[in-house]
Amino acid sequence: MTVLMTAPTRRRPRRPPPAGSGRARGLAVSRALLWPALATSIVLTQIPFVLTIYYSLQRWNMLRPGDRGFTGLDNYVSVLSDGSFLSSLGATVAVTGSSVVLSTLLGMLFAVLLDRSFLGRGVARTLMITPFLVMPAAAALVWKWSIFDAATGMANWGLGLVGLPPVAWNTELPMVTIIVVLTWQYTPFAMLILLAGLQAQNKDVLEAAAVDGAGALRTFGSITLPHLRQYVEIAVLLASIMLLQVFDPIAIMTRGTGGTKTLSYLLYERAFIGLEVGEAAAYGVMTVLVTIVVASVALRTLFKVFSTEGVGR
Amino acid sequence: MTPSRLRGSLVTAVTWVLVLAFFFPVAWMVFTAFKPEHQAATVPPTFAPDFTLDGFDAVFNRDMLPYLINSLSASVGSTLLVLVLAVPAAYALSIRPVVNVRDALFFFISTRFMPVAASIIPVYLLLQSVGGLDNITWLTILYVGVNLPIAVWMMRSFLAEVPRELIEAAQLDGARLGTEIFRVVLPIVMPGVAAAGLICFIFAWNEFFLANLLTAQVARTTPPFLTSFVDGRGQFLAVLSAAATVAIVPVVLAGWIAQKQLVRGLAMGAIK
Amino acid sequence: MMLTKTVRRKAAPAGAAAAALALALTACAGAGGGGDSDPAAEGGGTVELTLATVNNPQMKDMEELKSAFEEEHPDIKVNFVQMEENDLRDAVTKDVATDGGQYDIVTVGSYEVPIWAGNGWLTDLTGDLESDADYDVDDLFEPVKDALTVDDSLYAVPFYGESSMLMYNKELLDEAGVTMPEHPTWQEVADIARQVDSDDVDGICLRGKPGWGEVFAPLTTVVQTFGGSWYDDQWNAQVDSPEFAEAVQFYVDLVEDAGEADPVSTGFTECLNNVSQGRSAMWVDATVAAGLLEDPESSQVAGKMGYAHAPVVETEESGWLWSWNLAIPETTQNRDAAVEFVKWATSKEYHQLVGTELGWSRVPPGARNSTYEIPEYEEAAASFAPITRDIMLAVNPEQPGVAPQAWTGIQYVTIPEFQDLGNQVSQDLADVFAGRSELAPVLERAQELAQEAGDAQK
Repeated sequence: MTVLMTAPTRRRPRRPPPAGSGRARGLAVSRALLWPALATSIVLTQIPFVLTIYYSLQRWNMLRPGDRGFTGLDNYVSVLSDGSFLSSLGATVAVTGSSVVLSTLLGMLFAVLLDRSFLGRGVARTLMITPFLVMPAAAALVWKWSIFDAATGMANWGLGLVGLPPVAWNTELPMVTIIVVLTWQYTPFAMLILLAGLQAQNKDVLEAAAVDGAGALRTFGSITLPHLRQYVEIAVLLASIMLLQVFDPIAIMTRGTGGTKTLSYLLYERAFIGLEVGEAAAYGVMTVLVTIVVASVALRTLFKVFSTEGVGR
Repeated sequence: MTPSRLRGSLVTAVTWVLVLAFFFPVAWMVFTAFKPEHQAATVPPTFAPDFTLDGFDAVFNRDMLPYLINSLSASVGSTLLVLVLAVPAAYALSIRPVVNVRDALFFFISTRFMPVAASIIPVYLLLQSVGGLDNITWLTILYVGVNLPIAVWMMRSFLAEVPRELIEAAQLDGARLGTEIFRVVLPIVMPGVAAAGLICFIFAWNEFFLANLLTAQVARTTPPFLTSFVDGRGQFLAVLSAAATVAIVPVVLAGWIAQKQLVRGLAMGAIK
Repeated sequence: MMLTKTVRRKAAPAGAAAAALALALTACAGAGGGGDSDPAAEGGGTVELTLATVNNPQMKDMEELKSAFEEEHPDIKVNFVQMEENDLRDAVTKDVATDGGQYDIVTVGSYEVPIWAGNGWLTDLTGDLESDADYDVDDLFEPVKDALTVDDSLYAVPFYGESSMLMYNKELLDEAGVTMPEHPTWQEVADIARQVDSDDVDGICLRGKPGWGEVFAPLTTVVQTFGGSWYDDQWNAQVDSPEFAEAVQFYVDLVEDAGEADPVSTGFTECLNNVSQGRSAMWVDATVAAGLLEDPESSQVAGKMGYAHAPVVETEESGWLWSWNLAIPETTQNRDAAVEFVKWATSKEYHQLVGTELGWSRVPPGARNSTYEIPEYEEAAASFAPITRDIMLAVNPEQPGVAPQAWTGIQYVTIPEFQDLGNQVSQDLADVFAGRSELAPVLERAQELAQEAGDAQK
């Protein structure tokens, strides 16, 4: 990922550093501690990106090894004149957006339900976090063949039980299948974070509200929800970071059909199915530019949340 | 039963129904793994199959073990490397004075935002030129790049909790840097290190994109190997389910056991 | 190679258990050694070959029988990497095109071989095969061999070859009171499909899965027999021609009315499942499927199937021509061992081995003339072997359609750009199958893409 953006403005001063020569020594030591991680990250992420820019200026289809050379901005022209980039951007927003929103809503529901004390709560929580732990490739395979298979899948069997006609999931509703699987995987993630938020609530305030005769719903709306805001922000933000890159279920379940060709899959397809190195690299550069815009907005939020050194104290 | 007790039981019942519905795909997968192949994909579904271990037998006959070992090497190796790099870096960022803390943090997290796919071509070609394709060491190194930012962020949040007086006291004692880190700070943040390690392990174990592209056979890990159980000869659901079950066991068990670390880790340390 | 691998697999868990970084790093370094082919190994130790192949049944059989080869050659071990057709193409093409060198033997189709050979990516096998009288290279099926020959050099050998034909469930057709002519037209087939179609049984199964080698294999033959083509003989794209549109619309409508429920998920494998479980009455697809449908172990319709030539409209024949072949990339470090295995897997002895070990209907068809002279095979494959051979010899890859074309090949266009073109158009076609999009805009975009690729040939 490329770096050159300004960090959000500081919102509060850092701790005063120790004075004098101790400070200089401290700085040197700190740099020595920081340097290996920073260098590793730069080597592993920045150098490839610089090379991506270089390749994006090349005419190079791997299937025509003889015909290769500098081509200026031609790849960008063809990328921009073709509708694929925009439609993939749309697909990414649609897939990520709906999965994040649904996961957060369902996560909230489960967090509230599992915050109550009831028989077997520990077991229920344990079962509930499992979908997030399941290997995405395994999840995609099982959903595709075991649940969404038009002939023998459990989804159509379930529809049949309630008298509904079967659905050709992959043909008719590919987008829905992807969103369902992603929501299934990320609801536990949102739930865990929101549950932590609920548990960090000041119980005295809640009791006081109950004593004052406020109903459960009103208490939830006027006390709990505002308290949870930061937790929702964390959940949404982190889920978005992970889901923006989603690849596995698309590669395994839909292969980019029916509006599910997200940017990650488009990049993969141009590079390793189209074997158009130059064009794929141009798509990569474009993607990074868009990501920078999204990231700088998201990162402001992130810094706000994290600058308090965590929530729920 | 009073109305409120009744309502409570009702909510509990609803909770359980919803939780079980969410867990159903996993349960069904494990259940299918114990079915004979001809009862795995039937209309209507077979609920009382003749239980068998044939599926698991077939999975290990297809030589799944090397793939699991590759996954283990890449996950454990990359997690250890990530921690070795991330803990000092996070220490520098949170306890020791460093200029541009925010820029450094910003840089780390921004690397996590970009789709890995965007620079996959150079990564692939670079690896190819150094003979690093289908090589578990290189895959491990790439996983370090992917997970390092998360670990740095998490560790920084955990380290920020260490009381400064403790460190200052150690410094006044003339304690050397090593002592400072190992004797004073590390014991306090050990749960945080465990959380960071767990998350990195989970992500590396489950990673599909890079593993699928950059490995073929010798270094192939479990996630891309799973897809090969989709069989052109007909029925394969029981074997596929068995393979998937085996593949998810390590991470699911680790997550179940370390639930507390899991939630802190997932929130990158933002939650206490 | 074997040595480094053993070291790694022992060392890795130790690294995990110890959780000591130094140890883990050593373990990793050991793993790295396994990644490269060690030329020294070829001299003394065991050579490990990595073979990339498609997950078709015949290849599964090959994996099952590879131990026979390894017993004959104790110093060679063969590792199979099996993938779905689309995945195999992606993985192998990328590897070969970038000199990745991850595979010693690759399974490639007759589409790829001339292109790859032209790029210098495959080793010339002519000498190795001709020098071995027992191998009898002249016994290989002529039309299939021709497709693999560039400038008189053979760059791959057929593992099995196929055309396409109509397969139908005689029981289901009898119940509906219809009979199938030996040379049906598409109109007749469509009528029968609609007649037989019911709640329990699909009238026909036709591929709809995205991928040029999936939906566009049968669909291109339909386009051709309707009088259309991807290009004329001057590389002008013809996707916007009325014949092309008519054929695709016919195909989509037929699937919609009397085909499988979930076309976008349906490829060769899925149709095979449907037909062999009696859920589909007819199927137009690879002739090689017949051997699988007649295998009583995996098929419930063995002995109940009838076979006819692929349906036509304007042309005499409409079968395709395809072979899955074994080839050796230039990048292999283990060429000698790889040649040994390739020869073994495509030899007459291998066919005998499959017949005796797994059943005679499972012998890889369409690769060798002599296969069709084995008495046991003739008997076991009586219902489909003669027609398979007839169709394979009858189709004309020089001009499969109505008009002349500039390339040799039936269900594909033999230019590097075609796989990308076919893939993209087939993805858009998924929207047409689902009713999310009309056909016209899809073909409009296809015409543009096709013209771009066509211009590169001029």
